This record gives sequence, C-alpha cells and structure tokens, in this order.
Amino acid sequence: MTGDYMTIVIAAMLVNNLVLVQFLGICPFLGVSSRLSTAIGMSAAVMFVMTLAAIATYLIRQFLLIPFELQFLETVSFILVIASLVQLVEIVMKKISPPLHQALGVFLPLITTNCAIMGVALLIVQHGYTLGETIVFAIASAIGFTIALVAFAGIRERLALMPVPKAMQGGPIALVTAGLLSLAFMGFQGLA
Amino acid sequence: MSNEMSIRSELTKGFFRENPVFAMLLGMCPVLGVTTTAINGIGMGVASLAVLLGSNTVVALFKDLIPEKVRIPAYIVVIASFVTIVDLSMAAYLPDLHRSLGLFIPLIVVNCVILGRAEAFASRNSLAYSVIDGLTMGLGFTMALGMLGAVREVLGSGALFGFAFVGEDATTMLLFVMPPGAFIALGFLIAAVNTAVKKAKAFAAARSRAVSTQPATEGVN
Repeated sequence: MTGDYMTIVIAAMLVNNLVLVQFLGICPFLGVSSRLSTAIGMSAAVMFVMTLAAIATYLIRQFLLIPFELQFLETVSFILVIASLVQLVEIVMKKISPPLHQALGVFLPLITTNCAIMGVALLIVQHGYTLGETIVFAIASAIGFTIALVAFAGIRERLALMPVPKAMQGGPIALVTAGLLSLAFMGFQGLA
Repeated sequence: MSNEMSIRSELTKGFFRENPVFAMLLGMCPVLGVTTTAINGIGMGVASLAVLLGSNTVVALFKDLIPEKVRIPAYIVVIASFVTIVDLSMAAYLPDLHRSLGLFIPLIVVNCVILGRAEAFASRNSLAYSVIDGLTMGLGFTMALGMLGAVREVLGSGALFGFAFVGEDATTMLLFVMPPGAFIALGFLIAAVNTAVKKAKAFAAARSRAVSTQPATEGVN
C-alpha cells in the first residue's frame, strides 16, 4: 500500500514532471520565473490550490457527476469549481492570515488560468485514483512543479547577466534553457 | 478609407505582428504538448480556432448583458461550453486525433489566448470585428502549431504529414519528438520568426522612407 503511494510520488514528482515532461503550467513557468522569490511564492500558491482543487473536483465527480450521469459536464464543472475555489481561498486567506495573503495574493488570480491545476484534476480522473491517492498525487505534482520552477528561476537569474545573441534574447533562450532542464529530467525515466 | 485599412490590419495581425505564440508567448501548453507531428499540431490549432471563434462571437453578442463584475466567470462558462462541444464532436468523428491530443482538448478551457481575446477584444468590439479577430488569431495559432509540428516531425521522425522520406532504418533525431525537443525547437523557431519579422519591418520602413523622400528631391530639382 505504501509502496503504491511511493510509486505515485516518484512518478508525479520526477518521472512525469508536470512542467518539463507533461507540459502543464508552462505560462507561470515562463512568466514568473525571472526572479527566485516570485517563483517560490507562485509555487506555494500552486501547491495550496492544487491540493484543494484536486480534493474538490474528486468529491464533485464522485458524488455529483457520476450518480447523475453528468460526466459530459466534467470540463464545465471542474473549471467553475477551480475558479470559485481560487476566489474562496483568496477571501478566507485575507481574513485569517493577512501576511500569507500579502505574500501569495498576487499569484492567486493567475492560478485560475493555470492549466496545471485543471490538468491534475483531469489526470486524476484518467488514472482513476482513490481519495488518498488523489491527495498524494496532487501534492507530489505540486512539488514537481516547484522543483522545476525554482530550478528554472535559479538558472534564469544567472542567464540575465550572460551575453545572449540578439535574436535569442528573452523568450527563445528561456525555452532552450527549459529544453536542457527537461533533458536532465529525462534521466529519471524508468525510475518508476 | 481608415475603416478598410483597419479591416486589412485586423485580418493580418494574427499571423506575425500579434501572433499569440511567436509574439506574445501565450497558450504554450498545447503548443509544446501536442506538436509531435504536423497533423496533431494543425488538429489542435483548428480545435482551438473553433472554440475561439465561438467564444468571441457569443461574448461580442452578449457583452452589454454580462455584468462587469462577473464577466470573467461568464466568459469561462462560455468557453467551457464550446470546449465541451468540440471535445465530444472530436471524440465522435475524429477518434484517432482525439486520442492523440488527449488531455489537451479539455485543457483548451484554460488556454490564455482564448480568455485573453474574450477579455481584451470581443468584450470591447463589434460582432463583425470579433469574428474576424477570432478567425485570424485562431489561424495564427494554427499556423504556429503546424510550423512547430512540421519542424519536430521532420527532424524527429524524418516524415511530414505522416509521409516518411527517409528509410525505415535511418537514424533520426529522436530528441525532437521527446519533451526536451519541443522546448528547444520552439525556442529556435521563435527566434527565427522574430528575426524575419524584424527584417521585414526594417525593409518596409526603408522602402517607405525612400518613396516619401523621392517627390521631395524631385521638387528640389
């Protein structure tokens, strides 16, 4: 049993890394990775919302969509759940923990259109996970996202000081760097 | 005159000047995720085009009825409905393509290009312009996906649109059909396209300068 969970963790974190292998959440990966501190803030916000969203969508699917045979509403209901959850988290956080809200607040609205959250919710449906596996998978995926984002931000901070050919400046060199990072993650293939 | 000009510029802007992929780096997840072959890339592009066209039309039609405060959730519901339509139609009529695009079809919902166009364009412009905008942006997106798919297919599998032009046992650069190749190929493709656009702009500017100075010199003579 714990072995199963371990496999899920290794697979979600490294082998099928959300960003570098599955291409989910590329927008924040390219968008907020120019500074290490914002990358860490974004990762924390993603981890928080991703876990909650995975649980919420799992419950909605199990207790609403499947009993009433409404699976065709999956896309519509999932995105609405995620969007309202993000709003809810923002309101609750503002009330309960203002410092945390100050740190993560700017990242929360961006998360609604983060395909990693929606992608994880859909992947859970595809894999047919139980509730326990869902939670473990969501947290491990978020850690995988964090590893990729923080490593990338660290590289980009140094890259900013390097002489880069004019044509490659900005987006292109960032993509090639991400390619090399992805190549490194290919090394984990076959681990789980 | 100005009206005609703006229609023409609306029609062309999505391809290079405001191309969602090359110029704005938006909607990258499907761009990288599905472009292992040119067919997959174009299929994904057309699916996004259909959703974009539908959502732009509906948002432009109902823009006066949607309250300002709930506009984003309203747009998301509109987009999600069109995505469901496209998803189910593709599952029924194009099962193979639907299978190879997989997760990325429902994920059109969170494609920032589509929400971005609804928010930045369709909610402020007339129906006709919004339809044109959806069409050109969608075609620009399809073009970018097709180009990247073609590059990756040629380098990675030695084929184009499924027709192989190298022998069975030839060694191809497998890297390009794998995830790292997507990032690297897109990086170089964007660099090449942006350089070409910049060159074309400089050329056009130089020519218009030459044309505008000509009558002046004649006048002096």
